[in-house]
Amino acid sequence: MSVAILKQGDYLIASIQSDLTDAQVLALRDDLSDRIGRTRARGIIVDVAALDVIDSFVARSLGSIAIMARLRGAETVIVGIQPDVAIAMVQFDLNLAPLRTALDLDEALTILGQRAQGDGEDGG
Amino acid sequence: MNRESETVVHEVDPSLLHELVAYLRENRTDLRAEWVQRITQAQLLTVMTPDEIFSEVTAVYDNYVDALETGSVESLQAYARDLSERIIPRGVETHEVLGIVLLLRDVLARALFVKYQDDAGLLDRILDAYEPAANRIAVTVGVSFVEERERVIREQQEAIRELSTPVLQVRERLLILPIIGVLDSPRARQLTEQLLGAIQANRAKVVVIDITGVAAIDRTVANHLVQTVEASRLMGADAIITGLSSKIAQTLVDLGVDLSMMRTVGDLQGGLEEAERLISYKPTQTSEPSSAAAN
Repeated sequence: MSVAILKQGDYLIASIQSDLTDAQVLALRDDLSDRIGRTRARGIIVDVAALDVIDSFVARSLGSIAIMARLRGAETVIVGIQPDVAIAMVQFDLNLAPLRTALDLDEALTILGQRAQGDGEDGG
Repeated sequence: MNRESETVVHEVDPSLLHELVAYLRENRTDLRAEWVQRITQAQLLTVMTPDEIFSEVTAVYDNYVDALETGSVESLQAYARDLSERIIPRGVETHEVLGIVLLLRDVLARALFVKYQDDAGLLDRILDAYEPAANRIAVTVGVSFVEERERVIREQQEAIRELSTPVLQVRERLLILPIIGVLDSPRARQLTEQLLGAIQANRAKVVVIDITGVAAIDRTVANHLVQTVEASRLMGADAIITGLSSKIAQTLVDLGVDLSMMRTVGDLQGGLEEAERLISYKPTQTSEPSSAAAN
């Protein structure tokens, strides 16, 4: 397994440290799905700060991780998207709306904390 | 037989050209004066004083006759470009430049007509020699003028593009990006990069993009703007667009640009208020103790 998933309180944190193959991305998705069920996590943070490139497959997979996690009761926040990566991602013409994003881990924890407290009232 | 005689008709006799050039030189003063008079009558070059017109006219006349004689338009081209450089900033229009050159052509043609009217055959041959050369000169001057204009326009566009677009931090976590001037694709791209870099460096949570100073926008640029907003969101910052003029708003609607991702506010003041609200959203929420009941 190439991406370690850490548990921190109610949240799972997956920090991607190097470019992933498609198979590894799918493995991460399955892994997270599995861990949400076992740990009853209410939030997932995926850290992509170390990635200089996010291709359309990874971008789409991040979206499907977010949708899948929501179905299982957890909110996903992607953190640390680099400027160049952000520019590239918006040009894929994917629907990135399901992706919640934050600048860094701190910010993501704040967002998830707000969500936990303001439950039921969706700002979206 | 027939074919031969046809080609002979269009052949230009160089001695005729010399003759007519000599004639035009001889009567330089009169013809020039008539040309100036025609220019004044036609109300061309109204931004220039009579003295200026006279000196330019003299130079153009001499260059014109030289070009007729040699058949080479290069020196005339250089002069036309130089002239354009001087008169464009003063607001001389394309139609005026074309107008004066065509007037000169007419003045000279009429002078030739008067001189050779007794000999219809000779007049015909003289005009055969004169007309192609004169037309080429008119085209050269017109094209030189337009090229010079376009060069000026290109330079100005570059100057506008080089005007830096500052990303300003208003307070912690709040950035303002005022955009002024023409927003085209290269500039929109450069601007996006700058903004995203600033979001990262300042840990911005909200950015206010103010486009009060943007006069017009097209589909490509509108999509760029949407992408900028989306990219900012991916970086974790909410973008607020302010100062959309009614014209731009209409353009965006007419183009059918998807605006669902855009958060827009009428003016910069409103944008800043909205931004404050977004930033201070957090404290208002934290006071109540979480019961963590449902879910």
